[in-house]
Amino acid sequence: MHISEIHELWRRFINAVSLALTGVCAVIVMAPVFIILAYLLLNGIRSINIEFLTSLPKSPGEPGGGMANAIVGSFYMVGLGLILSLPVGVGAGVYLAEFGRTRYAQVIRFIADVLNGVPSIVIGVSVWALLVVPLRSFSALAGGVALSFIMIPMIARTTEEMVRAVPNMLREASLGLGATYARTMWSVVLPAARGGIVTGVMLALARAFGEAAPLLFTALGNRFWNFYLDRPMANLPTQIYEYAKSPYVDWHRQAWAAALVLITVVLVLNVIARVSTRERFRALR
Amino acid sequence: MNEPATDAAASARIRRHSRSTAFWSDRLFRAVIIASASVLGLLVLFFAYELWQSSTLSIRTFGWRFWVSRDWDPVREKFGALPFIWGTLVTSIAALILAVPLSLGTAIFIAEVAPRWLQQPVSFVVELLAAIPSVVYGLWGVFVMVPWLREHVQIPLEQRFGHIPLFQGPAVGVSMMAAILVLAVMIIPYITAVSREVILAVPQSQREASYGLGATKWETIRRVVLRYARVGILGAIILGYGRAVGETMAVTMVIGNRPEISLSLLQPGYTMASVIANEFTEATSPLYLSSLTEIGLLLFVITLLINALARFLVWRVSRGEVRY
Repeated sequence: MHISEIHELWRRFINAVSLALTGVCAVIVMAPVFIILAYLLLNGIRSINIEFLTSLPKSPGEPGGGMANAIVGSFYMVGLGLILSLPVGVGAGVYLAEFGRTRYAQVIRFIADVLNGVPSIVIGVSVWALLVVPLRSFSALAGGVALSFIMIPMIARTTEEMVRAVPNMLREASLGLGATYARTMWSVVLPAARGGIVTGVMLALARAFGEAAPLLFTALGNRFWNFYLDRPMANLPTQIYEYAKSPYVDWHRQAWAAALVLITVVLVLNVIARVSTRERFRALR
Repeated sequence: MNEPATDAAASARIRRHSRSTAFWSDRLFRAVIIASASVLGLLVLFFAYELWQSSTLSIRTFGWRFWVSRDWDPVREKFGALPFIWGTLVTSIAALILAVPLSLGTAIFIAEVAPRWLQQPVSFVVELLAAIPSVVYGLWGVFVMVPWLREHVQIPLEQRFGHIPLFQGPAVGVSMMAAILVLAVMIIPYITAVSREVILAVPQSQREASYGLGATKWETIRRVVLRYARVGILGAIILGYGRAVGETMAVTMVIGNRPEISLSLLQPGYTMASVIANEFTEATSPLYLSSLTEIGLLLFVITLLINALARFLVWRVSRGEVRY
């Protein structure tokens, strides 16, 4: 065989092996998703029951009880975070989309991206200093504010992309009919971008719902029911952390049950996020 | 869609219109969205101010020695952050070494190799990795991965290579090694997603030119696509590194939380983020709290710099359109 033919075969061999290896990488990367979800499902379903979903925690070491207050507390504080972050996040996103070429907007966009990477534990410490120290109490308010600081940059960046994707002919048509700029944004552009904004909001909610680090020393946790803004509040992520750390077998079981509830909510939010963008601008293109 | 040029002109026209308007509602609208955008800037200043304020006691007491001292003794009120800096450096760098090849391979697979019908499902599954909450990784890590790791990896390693400092025993399960593995899994989706976008942004003409010269597919990927995308991929890697540095809950649950500087991967360790999570509510004295917030301040500054660098690199190639 001629030397160049051997070289040719060698190149093809390397090509096949390397391409196959990228597939192997993908399989290795995807494996943990299935393994972790399988464990959650198996351990979670075995552990979950009506008592877990409807009753308060028992005292440490005593078997039984549940996390009803933590489930409600998680929704409460994420809802509070949403109320605080939605107007600001959408407003900032609209500004970045509509006036994005100004120097100020470029700085703000850069800051939004950098804020997305700030560790949530650091946000927790900052909010602790802002609200917990002066009010002299851990509180649901501090938890909600910490979650809103996580959500604001996420909502701002997705809103920006979605508002920017609204075709200019819609804006011109509205302005041409004599609508003011504010009316155009409010009644034409934002409704057109709604599906995409919902996607961004759902992803931000999913992230906030699973965050334990910013709640550890803002909301703290609570063994009892609480609906007051100025008192500590239970929530699923920190409860999972506390129960997993504990020496009690029954608490470990409940941690798995709580994780199953948590992942179910997170996955549902992710699915809603996907469905709500699928429809966007199909009619316009 | 409209053509880009006319679109840009239309944008400018609409902007001018909004600025020249005499309607109070338009002015109000503009004021409100500018104020909203400014909140983002204020947030960064606010984080920096609060962390600095809360750290002053520790900064004044220990000065620069805080960063080089390995004492961490709440009883005698001696605080030094070196063990945590060490733990964060070791775990994040090792996790990056594990995650980068796998992430790049997966990104190449999705963007260049996989048949069209497979691209979306694989991307979706990888994105799910990023959707799983940190505390769930921790729960799975501490009850499933750690016992398995101890039984099947750490004890054999210790028996065979225990004389090497890197694998010195006793193998207890919760360890730097466990933290490294969990971190690697957690940062893979970020590096993969951004790398994929960057690779997809490489112009098709580059690939065609390479094929035209007789290159195989792999040669094209390695010498043309990856080379063209290298700045963006570097940005993706740095972005993933930022995640690894700041990751808290999962690491806290599997690393063992012991403030020691050890070369061994089998030994427990501690990171900057995990010491804050683990000790903040127990910290009773003002100096203790202040020392923990000073660690938070350093974490904030480091991740700010890392993310700024990453954004800068990714922006240069993709003009800010990458989502992650």
